[in-house]
Amino acid sequence: MARVGVFVCHCGFNIAGTVDVEKVAETLGKDKDVVFSTTYKYMCSGPGQTLVQEAIKEHRLDKVIIAACSPGMHEATFRSAAEDVGLNPYDVEIANIREQCSWVHDDMEKGTEKAIKIARSMVRKVVGNQPLEPVKVGVTPKVLVIGGGIAGIQAALDVADAGYEVILVEKETSIGGHMAQLSETFPTLDCSQCILTPKMVAVSRNPKIKLMTYSEVIDISGYVGNFKVKIKEKPRYVDPEKCNLCTDCEDVCPVVVPNEFDMGLSIRKAIYLPFPQAVPSTYTLDMEKCLGLDPIRCGKCIEVCDVEAIDYDVHPKIIEEEVGAIIVATGYDLYPKNMLGEYGYGEDEDIINGLEFERMLSASGPTKGEVRRPSDGKVPKRVVFIQCAGSRDPDNHLPYCSKICCMYTAKHAMLYKHHVEDGEAYIFYIDIRAAGKGYEEFIHRAMEEERIVYLRGKPSKVFRKGEKLVVWGVDTLLGEKIEIEADLVVLAMAMVPGKGTGEIIDVLNCAADENEFLKEVHPKLRPVESSTPGFFLAGAAQAPKDIPDTVAQASAAASKALSVIGQEYLEHEPAVAQVDEDLCSGCEVCISVCPYGAISPVGGHAEVNAVMCEGCGSCAAACPSGAMTLKNGTQEQIFDMIRSILQEG
Amino acid sequence: MKKVFEPRIVAFLCNWCAYSGADLAGVSRLKYPPNVVPIRVMCSGRVDPQFVLEAFREGADGVFIGGCHTPSDCHYVNGNFKTYKRKIVMDRMLEQIGINPRRLRLEWVSASEGKKFAEVMDEFIAEVRKLGPVPRMKEGER
Amino acid sequence: MIRIAIAPLGSCSGCDVAIADIGEDFADIAKIAEIVYWPTGADLKLEDLEAIDYIDITLSHGSIRTSEQEEILKLLRKKSKVMVAFGSCACFGGIPGLVNLSPEREDVMRTAYESISTDKGEWPSEKSKIDGKILTLPKLYNLGHSHDSLVEMDYYVPGCPPVESQIRDLLGVAVAYSKGGELPPKGTVIAGARALCDECDREKPEKIVIDRFYRPHEKEADPNLCFLAQGIICMGPATRSGCGTRCINANMPCRGCFGPPPGIRDQGSKMLSAITSLLAADREAELGEEGLRELLERISDPTGTFYRFTLPSAIINRRLNDGR
Repeated sequence: MARVGVFVCHCGFNIAGTVDVEKVAETLGKDKDVVFSTTYKYMCSGPGQTLVQEAIKEHRLDKVIIAACSPGMHEATFRSAAEDVGLNPYDVEIANIREQCSWVHDDMEKGTEKAIKIARSMVRKVVGNQPLEPVKVGVTPKVLVIGGGIAGIQAALDVADAGYEVILVEKETSIGGHMAQLSETFPTLDCSQCILTPKMVAVSRNPKIKLMTYSEVIDISGYVGNFKVKIKEKPRYVDPEKCNLCTDCEDVCPVVVPNEFDMGLSIRKAIYLPFPQAVPSTYTLDMEKCLGLDPIRCGKCIEVCDVEAIDYDVHPKIIEEEVGAIIVATGYDLYPKNMLGEYGYGEDEDIINGLEFERMLSASGPTKGEVRRPSDGKVPKRVVFIQCAGSRDPDNHLPYCSKICCMYTAKHAMLYKHHVEDGEAYIFYIDIRAAGKGYEEFIHRAMEEERIVYLRGKPSKVFRKGEKLVVWGVDTLLGEKIEIEADLVVLAMAMVPGKGTGEIIDVLNCAADENEFLKEVHPKLRPVESSTPGFFLAGAAQAPKDIPDTVAQASAAASKALSVIGQEYLEHEPAVAQVDEDLCSGCEVCISVCPYGAISPVGGHAEVNAVMCEGCGSCAAACPSGAMTLKNGTQEQIFDMIRSILQEG
Repeated sequence: MKKVFEPRIVAFLCNWCAYSGADLAGVSRLKYPPNVVPIRVMCSGRVDPQFVLEAFREGADGVFIGGCHTPSDCHYVNGNFKTYKRKIVMDRMLEQIGINPRRLRLEWVSASEGKKFAEVMDEFIAEVRKLGPVPRMKEGER
Repeated sequence: MIRIAIAPLGSCSGCDVAIADIGEDFADIAKIAEIVYWPTGADLKLEDLEAIDYIDITLSHGSIRTSEQEEILKLLRKKSKVMVAFGSCACFGGIPGLVNLSPEREDVMRTAYESISTDKGEWPSEKSKIDGKILTLPKLYNLGHSHDSLVEMDYYVPGCPPVESQIRDLLGVAVAYSKGGELPPKGTVIAGARALCDECDREKPEKIVIDRFYRPHEKEADPNLCFLAQGIICMGPATRSGCGTRCINANMPCRGCFGPPPGIRDQGSKMLSAITSLLAADREAELGEEGLRELLERISDPTGTFYRFTLPSAIINRRLNDGR
C-alpha cells in the first residue's frame, strides 16, 4: 500500500483565488492511497519545501503529489527536495492546478472540482510510478563538424583549442565556404580572405583536427555521446602530400569548365586548385569533367607531373569514425535566380546575384577586382541593387527575411562607388534592417557619405532594352512610378539552406523547419541544439545570419558539444520504454515505429536501448501485445488516471 | 429543476506542444470552461486507442488529443503522424460502435498557441455540450 | 471417475468436432471421466441436464444470444465445479458476437421472416398456440455475450476451434482434477503466453512499412514473408499464440480467433493502433495528412476486421445509440 502525501499550494491568490485549496487537500486526504494532505501559501518557498520534507519523514511518505503550478516550473525543485530526504525523485509528481485550472477558470466550485480531479489522477499515476535511476553511458571524447565554412572552421578550432579531437568534414575540395568568396565584409570593410585564411591555415595545422575535404557524411548511427559515422572520401587523384602546386597539370589539361568558386564568371580546368589560398593546398582532378583515365584519350596531366602526385587508380574510401557530438554547419545557398520570373529568370547575363558581384569585387576574382558587365566587359555606369529578391514574399517566394542583404547591399553599392567613382548606385529596399553593432552607422554612411540613392519599393520588373536593363518600380514614399535604365542589376538573393543541409537532414534524420533550415529545440532558449540530443547547429544552416552571428553560434555549438564530450559519462532521462520479454512476441511493430532506432530485435524479442530511447511512448501505444510499456507512463497508470478523472463525486 | 448537462472531457496533451500551449493559455489568463481535465503524455503518439475507448466507456462525453503540428513540429519526429493515422481509423470505428466521432477531437496546438488552445477548448466543449451525454453500455442489457 | 459435460450453446459444433478430432486419445478421457452431458454426442435435453445433480468439469462452447442459452449456461455453472469457456465464442463472444454492431433483434427478424425468400411474413412469437398447445420459444437477445459476462468462468480455451494441443492440455487439467492434484489458477487461458508472432517463422524486413493495404484475395502472398510487410492485415501481433500458426501455414493471414494476448485489454483497438502506425511509416511527412487519409480509407470495416472474434468482450462491446 502506497503512502502518498498531497501538498496543495495556494500560490498566494493565484491558485487559492479560484480553487478552494483546503477542500482539495481534505478531499484528497480521503483517497485510499493518501495518508497525509495539507496546504501552504507558497509551497515552492524555502519553508514550503521544508514542510514537504518534514512531512515525508514524519508520515513515512513514499510518494508525493505537489498540487501547484505547471511541472515545467517546479518539478525539478520538488524532486530534488524530496531526494534530499531519501525519496526517489520519480516518486514525486506535480498536479498542475494553476496554469491549467485556477488561471483559466473563474468559478470557484467548478475550479475546485477540476483541481480535485487533476490531483486525484496524479495520485493514481504516482502510485504506479517505479523509482528510477538516471541511465549512465560513457562518452567518446571527439566531435564531428559537418561543413567547413566559417561556422565549421570556428567550431572545429574551438573544440580543438579545448583539447579535444575534431573531425571536420567538407564536401568541397577546400574549406572556406562562402566566406572565402567574399571581397570585403561589412561593416568594417576588412578583406574577407585576410581574416578567414589564417583560420583556415590554423585548421590545417592543428594536430587535434582531422580535416577531411572532398568528403561527405553518408551514414550515422548511435546516440548522444556515442555516434558512429560513415564518411565517404571522394578520390582527388592528386596526392596532397606530393603536390607542389606547380600548375603544370592545369596548364596541359584540355578541359575547360566554369569555375564554381567564381560563380561561373571565370573558367577552370578539369584538374584545378579552387582558389590560391585553398586548404588543403592541393590540386584536385574533377573526374566528372575529365576526359577519362584512359591514357589513350588524354592522360596529359599525369605525364607532366614531375613529383608523381597524380594517380588515376584511387577509389572512394569509406571511413568509419566514432564521435560523441556532432556540429552541423552545412551553410546556405542563394535562392536560384531562375525562380525569379519578374527579373528575367536569370537568363540575362547582366542581372547578377550578390555572390557574383562579390567575386567581381574581389582582387583575386575573375575581373581582378574591377566591376565589369558580364555581357560585354564594359564598366557599368549605373547599377541598380534590388534587396529582398525572393525574401519576405510569402505569396510568391520565401516568407522569411534573409537578414544580411540590407547590409551587404549597402556594402556592394559602397564598394561599387569606390571602384567606379562616377558611377551611380540605386538601391531598392522594402525596409532597412540594420540591427547590429556598427550596422546602422554603416547604412548611414552609405546614404549620407557615399551618396547612394535609396528607393523604397520593390521593382516589379527588370527587362532588357538594347544595351540597357530597364528597372520598373514604384517609390512608395513619394508614390511615384520609377523607371531606371541600368547597366547592371545586382539581386540580393534570399538565402536558402545549402544543398548539403538538405542532404544532411536526411542522413542525420534531424528536424527541419518549414523552410528546410535545421531546427533548433527552442528558438530562444536552446538555439544551437537540435531536437536530436548530441546534434548542435551552427551558422546559416539553421537560419540566415551574418558572419558575427555565425561565428558566435559556432562557438556556442562548440561549447555545447564540449559540455557533452567533456563528461566522463552522460546521464539520460530514465523514463523510457521497457519491454516485458515474457509478453513480447517479436512482431517488430515497435521497431518500425521508433523514430530513434532505439529498439532492435534480440533473441526473438524487442530490446530497448535506454540511451537512444527518448521516452515518447509511440511504441507502447503501437505495441499490439502490451509487451512494450513506458516506465512511469504505463497502460495501467493511464487507465487508472482516466477512471479517476471520470469517477463520480 | 432540470440539471444542466455538464460534459466531462478527458484531454491527452503532449508535453512539448499542446500541454505547453495549455500552460500558456493559463499564463495569459485566457478563460475556458472547466469541463476538460488534462492528462499529460510525453507525446501524442503515446495515446493508445484503448485509452480513448476506456474514457468513453467510463463516461467521457468527449476525448481530446493535443499534439504538435504536422509535418515537422513533433518533438519526437513523427509521433503526431502516428496519432493522426490512428485517429482516422478510430473515427470509423467509433462510427461503427455508435459513438459520434465528433466526440473525439485531435488538434495540433503549438507551445506558442495559448490562444488557440483556449479557443479550441471553448469550441470543443460547446460541441460536446450540443451532442449531449455519451451513450453508455447498460449493465444487464441483453 | 469424474463427471464431464460438453455443452454447446449457440454453437456451430466446430468445437465438438475439434474435441472428437483428438481421435484415439479420446479414450483417455473415458479412463478418468464419465461424460454426463454432451447433446452433440447423445440426444440429451434440458430435462436431462436438470436431472444431473453435479458436474465436475463443464466445457461450454458457442455464443449466447438467446434466453435459453443463458439459462443453460447458468444451470451449468450452478452444477459444475469447474467451468471452461471452450472456443472463441465462449471466451470472447466469437464471430456471432459481431451482431453487436447491429444490436436490434427486430432487424434480424425482419430479414428472416419478411424477406423475399420467405413465404409468410409472420414473426414467431415467444408464446404461440398451435393445435391447442402452447409453444414457447426462447427470447432472441439483441446482443451476443461471452460466457464470463454472464457467469464466472474458471478457464479459457480460445480458438475457432481450439487446436489439439490445447485439448490435450485441458485433458491434463482434468487428469489433475481427478487425482486431486494442483490445478492452474483460476482465469488461466489454456493457449500460448505471447502473441502469435512468437510462433510464426516468416521473415521480417528490418522495418515493417505498409505501403498500402491489400485484402488477401488481391495479392498472392509470399509464403515466407511477414504478411504485414506485404500490406496484408494479419492479426497475429495482437492475437494470443497457441494455434501453431495454422492459418499462416496455409498462407492465409491470422484472423485473430485466439483473442488478445495477455498484456492487453482490447484486441481490436490495439491492432488498429499497430497497423496504422506501420502505414507509410517512412513517408508520413511526404504524404501529409490527406495522403495518409486516402491510404487509410482502404480499411473499410475496422471493427469487423479487428474485433472479428472479440467484440462482445471489447472495451466498448456493442453499437451504442448516440442520439442519431
